[in-house]
Amino acid sequence: MTPEKLTYMANQIATAFARRPEDEAVAAIAEHIDAFWGPGMRAELLALAEAGAPELSPRVARAAHLIRRPQAA
Amino acid sequence: MKDFILPDPDFGTPAWASDRTVTLSIDGFEVTVPEGTSVMRAAAELGIEIPKLCATDSVEPIGSCRLCMVEIEGRRGTPASCTTPVAPGMKVHTQTPKVAQLRRGVMELYISDHPLDCLTCAANGDCQLQDMAGAVGLREVRYAPGANHFQTRQNGEDNPRYTPKDQSNPYFTYDPSKCIACYRCVRACEEVQGTFALTVEGRGFEARISAGGSDFLSSDCVSCGACVQACPTATLQEKSVIETGTPDRAVITTCAYCGVGCSFRAEMKGDQLVRMVPWKAGKANRGHSCVKGRFAYGYATHPDRILNPMIRNTIDEPWREVSWEEAFGFAARKFRAIQQEHGIGAIGGITSSRCTNEETFLVQKLIRQVFGNNNVDTCARVCHSPTGYGLKTTFGTSAGTQDFDSVEQADVVLVIGANPTDGHPVFASRLKKRLRQGAKLIVADPRRIDLVRGPHVRAAHHLPLRPGTNVALLTAMAHVIVTEGLTADAFIRERCEIDAYQDWAGFVAEDRHSPEATEALTGVPAGDVRKAARLYATGGNAAIYYGLGVTEHSQGSTTVMAIANLAMATGNVGRPGVGVNPLRGQNNVQGSCDMGSFPHELPGYRHVHDDAARGLYERLWNVTISDEPGLRIPNMLDAAVGGTFKGIYIQGEDILQSDPDTRHVASGLAAMDCVVVHDLFLNETANYAHVFLPGSTFLEKDGTFTNAERRINRVRRVMAPLTGMADWEVTQALANAMGADWAYAHPSEIMAEIAATTPSFAGVSYDLLDREGSVQWPCNAAAPLGTPIMHEGGFVRGKGLFVVTDYVPTDERTGPRYPLLLTTGRILSQYNVGAQTRRTPNTIWHAADMLEIHPHDAETRGITDGCWVRLASRSGETTLKATLSDRVSPGVVYTTFHHPETQANVVTSDYSDWATNCPEYKVTAVQVSPSNGPSEWQQTYAERARAARRILPAAE
Repeated sequence: MTPEKLTYMANQIATAFARRPEDEAVAAIAEHIDAFWGPGMRAELLALAEAGAPELSPRVARAAHLIRRPQAA
Repeated sequence: MKDFILPDPDFGTPAWASDRTVTLSIDGFEVTVPEGTSVMRAAAELGIEIPKLCATDSVEPIGSCRLCMVEIEGRRGTPASCTTPVAPGMKVHTQTPKVAQLRRGVMELYISDHPLDCLTCAANGDCQLQDMAGAVGLREVRYAPGANHFQTRQNGEDNPRYTPKDQSNPYFTYDPSKCIACYRCVRACEEVQGTFALTVEGRGFEARISAGGSDFLSSDCVSCGACVQACPTATLQEKSVIETGTPDRAVITTCAYCGVGCSFRAEMKGDQLVRMVPWKAGKANRGHSCVKGRFAYGYATHPDRILNPMIRNTIDEPWREVSWEEAFGFAARKFRAIQQEHGIGAIGGITSSRCTNEETFLVQKLIRQVFGNNNVDTCARVCHSPTGYGLKTTFGTSAGTQDFDSVEQADVVLVIGANPTDGHPVFASRLKKRLRQGAKLIVADPRRIDLVRGPHVRAAHHLPLRPGTNVALLTAMAHVIVTEGLTADAFIRERCEIDAYQDWAGFVAEDRHSPEATEALTGVPAGDVRKAARLYATGGNAAIYYGLGVTEHSQGSTTVMAIANLAMATGNVGRPGVGVNPLRGQNNVQGSCDMGSFPHELPGYRHVHDDAARGLYERLWNVTISDEPGLRIPNMLDAAVGGTFKGIYIQGEDILQSDPDTRHVASGLAAMDCVVVHDLFLNETANYAHVFLPGSTFLEKDGTFTNAERRINRVRRVMAPLTGMADWEVTQALANAMGADWAYAHPSEIMAEIAATTPSFAGVSYDLLDREGSVQWPCNAAAPLGTPIMHEGGFVRGKGLFVVTDYVPTDERTGPRYPLLLTTGRILSQYNVGAQTRRTPNTIWHAADMLEIHPHDAETRGITDGCWVRLASRSGETTLKATLSDRVSPGVVYTTFHHPETQANVVTSDYSDWATNCPEYKVTAVQVSPSNGPSEWQQTYAERARAARRILPAAE
């Protein structure tokens, strides 16, 4: 998946939880991504977050710390 | 119903519901029936069949034929038993010398205007007129030849009363010369189907049935067949019976078209299907059907069906027919080689919403046990996955809340993003019946669908919202309900999480969510939204029915939650007549979701994170199941393009035609080393396949389908698989070729495994289904006969959860280059990608997809009715013909997606639902301009498809 598409999808999730308080929203984003994204997509997202990709919403960037680390396939 | 060959008892008049009963005596036998029941029906319940012609239990009686007269002690004359209600202590005599003589006189009159060609008549042996002549002992016809409707010529001249047979409908004929003017067809069209296409022209002897003055094909007739079923003679007759003769056995099975899941009697002669007749005891359809289920089964024996397995090394080679063993060996070697080189996760599969629960269960088992990963997905990804997310979040389960019978108790029905008369016709007929009884209808749809204005049906409100603004509209309705104090506070306090409710109520009450504030977004006048919201909240039992116009949006999941919020706020959950009802698209889309077809869920919607659920299957299957979600369809394609995903097994699914962004799907498939397509036909996806495994139709296998009301219905084999193997056997053989040791001898054994491992199916068995006809899950110790209504005592999740639904506009925006919004849908006669219906005479109603465009938009572009137009979006372009229609608002265009030549998904965007990645099919910014013919993509595509479908002649 292209980084643009991955970023777009992660930010869409952040938008859906936008009205929640900061900590709650961050946890909800991480929980949603853990539940529905396979390890490959999570790894790509974590790499983006680690590289400080500027397009990633700040809450997704924070959620990255909570997202389950994918094990090597 | 003409069922004398294969009786399905006809009680003469419909069942009557009443709390009070009445006891009477008929021919000396006592019987107790509900008050209001007819004497005819009461007699039938005793097993006494009173002769009848114009009465049948699918329609209300009119007492016209006078054959059913009886004598009642203490009453004068000989009343018609069909229109006489029972009374306490009544003493009825059904056979006296007086009525016997009168009946013979009636029959004599009928026969005097009826041809006596019984031996060569298509209804011979299946004709109620013939049977009644026998039953009343008719021995002579004393009337001299005179004026009649059946002789072509009289006295050397054309008989002016004779009308030739109308053969215009592809499936049945209308022969006026055999008509006895009993009105059963007219009443069936009105009462059962609700189309009012038929009427009676003339009076008395001149009375003739008429399809509104034209032939059947060009009339309003929707070819549902209810009239054919009701006709007691050969006047309305299936062409298949005319060609083949009467059937000699019947097997109860389930339709394989839409999510209504109608029960049918497949009436057979040897292994030939003579006709499909809807089964009166079917709990989803109650004896009704649509043109697809009743008539459009010819695809099962269409010459396009592939009956032999085929393989090829590369997709530019022609296909080579091989033995089953060779095909399984070839696929197994390729799959294992890919896993050796690229890892266990480099292959996956797609289960089918067209196949049975048992087959779907096996495909996900193949992937989880034999492939060793969770890379399984299903077409629900592209239709109702937001329903799963939205209802699970709010109610605790993805299940639709009601059965279809529930609509009979609804007082207000809100239909949003669904077009039942085309997509779910039998449900639509049941809904229209309720509307004619006085229930109110609200339609929220960009297009003026047929339900908005039809015969004896008027929507109280049509909210023609701009595509993509569902959330804004529903939140505005919630605003009205909350700010005007119309909420069901006791229900909310008792059943819902109160903090979440208060948060939500505060949110929707904000001024920015008022109908006035959102009118500019939705395009719906604020006054109409207010009235509709008040009606929904205060009109009695209010039910919501919705379809893909809700889910296939970037805010699909949010919209589902907004719907659930409305139902909870007004207390419309947990009893008959209310609820949240997703209308599922395909016959078994509910079942395929139930059976663990999603990459993150095991059967029964248990997340792969759930150690206990995983452990259950790990022990049973002797394998380790990953606790990581696998790849979804779009992810598989992305990974294929990226080079990490190399092989796929696709059962009964045409992702190239049905999934968004056709070019992306094509490049994903083209990048794989082994694509195995298991289907009836060489579908579009098969152009990219290396192995083709021929599939079997629903007529050729045993199993179960689960419909939109969670009803598990049996599918029964009526003929042997033309390929030699049912689909479940094919999956089993593929698994075994890859080293498994499966040994299922019958689908009932697969259901036993499903029941043993899935709590909501724990009580389900073929024995139970044979006994009960069908059950709705959850079916277990707590609900041994299933669960018609969900959340009766409380929500599955405990307390219902209100979720704040902020409207987020889609990023698919109109602009100067793409100023119009395209939305898509279905038409009655065709079904989804059309693989089946395009191979039946149904094409007579819909030979090509057309672009509906408002006359204003057409005029400014120089587009006229029927001309070719270019439909272009940011993703791609295609061409099709235009039809001018004010059913769409200016600024909105609409098309169906039943024909592969149209390639509507070349145009649709890459946007998808935030929660589930369900694609945003329903909103695409487009431009429309006149065109000369097919686009370059369509032409090169057609050429490539032709080349990819070559099959080498069989070796000598």
